[in-house]
Amino acid sequence: MSVRTIRRSGAGTSSASLRHRLAERGIDTSLLMLVPALIFALALFIYPFSYGIGLTFQPSAATQQAWGGGIFANYIAFFKDSFVFDSVWLTMRLALPVAVFNVLASIPVAFKLRHRFRGKKLLTTLVVLPITLGTVLTAQGLLIFAGRQGWLNRFLIQIHLIDQPIQFVNNYWGVVFSLVISGFPFAFLLISSYLSGIDPSIEAAAKVMGANWHQRFRRVILPLLAPGLATTSILTFVLAFSVFPSARLVGDAMGATRVMSLMAFWAFGEQNDYPMASTIAVMMGLIELVVIALVLLWRSSMYKGSSGGKG
Amino acid sequence: MATSTVSDDATTTPGRPPTDVPPPPPATKRSAARARGERSLAAAPTTWLVWAAMAAFFIFLIGILVSVVVDSFGKPWFDSWLPDHFSTSWYSDAWDQFGMAHIIAVTLIVAAAVIVVAVLVGVPAAYLLARRKFPLKRTITLLFLLPVLMPPITYGIPLATVMYNFGLGRTLTAVILVNLVPSIPFVIMTMTPFIEQINPTIEDAARMSGASMAKVFTKILMPLLIPGILAASILVLVRTVGMFELTFLVSGPSSDTLVVAIYRAMTAAGGGEARQLISSMAVVYTLTMMVILVIALRFISPTQLVARVKETRED
Repeated sequence: MSVRTIRRSGAGTSSASLRHRLAERGIDTSLLMLVPALIFALALFIYPFSYGIGLTFQPSAATQQAWGGGIFANYIAFFKDSFVFDSVWLTMRLALPVAVFNVLASIPVAFKLRHRFRGKKLLTTLVVLPITLGTVLTAQGLLIFAGRQGWLNRFLIQIHLIDQPIQFVNNYWGVVFSLVISGFPFAFLLISSYLSGIDPSIEAAAKVMGANWHQRFRRVILPLLAPGLATTSILTFVLAFSVFPSARLVGDAMGATRVMSLMAFWAFGEQNDYPMASTIAVMMGLIELVVIALVLLWRSSMYKGSSGGKG
Repeated sequence: MATSTVSDDATTTPGRPPTDVPPPPPATKRSAARARGERSLAAAPTTWLVWAAMAAFFIFLIGILVSVVVDSFGKPWFDSWLPDHFSTSWYSDAWDQFGMAHIIAVTLIVAAAVIVVAVLVGVPAAYLLARRKFPLKRTITLLFLLPVLMPPITYGIPLATVMYNFGLGRTLTAVILVNLVPSIPFVIMTMTPFIEQINPTIEDAARMSGASMAKVFTKILMPLLIPGILAASILVLVRTVGMFELTFLVSGPSSDTLVVAIYRAMTAAGGGEARQLISSMAVVYTLTMMVILVIALRFISPTQLVARVKETRED
């Protein structure tokens, strides 16, 4: 009753009451603190992105002439030009196995490094180290270490495992190595922090009830870890999918590792065909969204709920 | 092993409700030894596999690192285990030839500018996201998440096109602006959980005692937030110094950061510069990053990035 009276009396006349009602819904002047971040997000992310999408419908005269199709010429070129479209397959062939490997490999490592033991901090630091190396240094190191004259080949020849130096770099495998070196620590970091978010007493309870190692993992840990696994897979995939410098430096830029980002940059920097570059970039985003959606679909079929900790 | 005993037990004696009865202790010798709190000395095969894989990873890692360092000091190094003799001449050559002083200065200026702006813009937003409910909160959170989730090159190319259209191409401003795009969301993402775990009653008490919002921020929250801000800044620093794609798309000769300069040297027309010159630049880059990493690890635990970590207790 009293509430209604207050509302009616202050319907339009008193601004204080309006402010009060807005504040009840969570709107007041302190929301202004959000404004700078919003401006940056709109001006530097939303606007360029929409502009880029608009640009894809303004194909250059050359593209239009070659592929026809009016404003859709860029998309037609993307799908019909095998030189461009093959890069989708080349990228997937690189990114999917690497992402799966990185996630699967970091689960046991995260488990082993979960317990407290001497030298844990040192080991964790070592695992995380490659994140700071960056792709460019990793590429340079791989070229020297795994090159034809490098220590790796030299060692393998010395122990008579091989006769001729194996080509580790400047091909598909060079990029795979570089992606594992930079992506594995990242996956490990994420998974071990999700793992530590799982309340250990849940597993202890399963142990008390007599579940063996395999059952504890399959029935207790894995369902609780599933959201973290989904996120990690997505992020590692994104990392591997957008591979760019290493594809050029340790890969075979005109052959097995002619990935989409290389094509996009090639159109941008060397042909100055901004519409086509934007088209490739937008298609990259779309393909990624499809993969992310698939991962989330898988994740939604798993257990949803609290993991006991703040994972 | 143990569970099968339990289920056998439950099925053979249906009169007993299985939940009330503690499972009979497994009678094998191994688990009896475990129960006393000892660990078996022989590790499981999976453990060996994990350690072997880790060892292979580290051999690659250390091989990569050491070979770059050796290469950067080696005078002629072609067909042998080690170079003939060592010298630092590659460093002085690289320093002069590439204008390393300028490149490092650019890198530091960009990193500093990005950190300051990202913290100033990101922390207030993170505070609101952590503490308040307001309309469209989910949409806004998603908006802040997107640039971190998307690969840089997908939004980098349209962004770079816009930068060139505004005549900002190849300038320092453009490099700073593009690096802000992933950095601000990153600060928001790391600071939001950090603010959530600060007890809100402290602020309430200050506000009840008559402190204004600005005062609450400067006198109450700031001191509490300093560790979080420090951690976020160091992470942004690492990201910005290491960011290749976005910087590469908009930078020019006078605004190249260290990574981009190394890449350009490696891919320069005519097979690139001498390998050792690039190696010495890469070593300088790695040393910079490692100093940052060592400082960073003094303040934050690496697993703290996603969730606040509760140390798992020994079982």
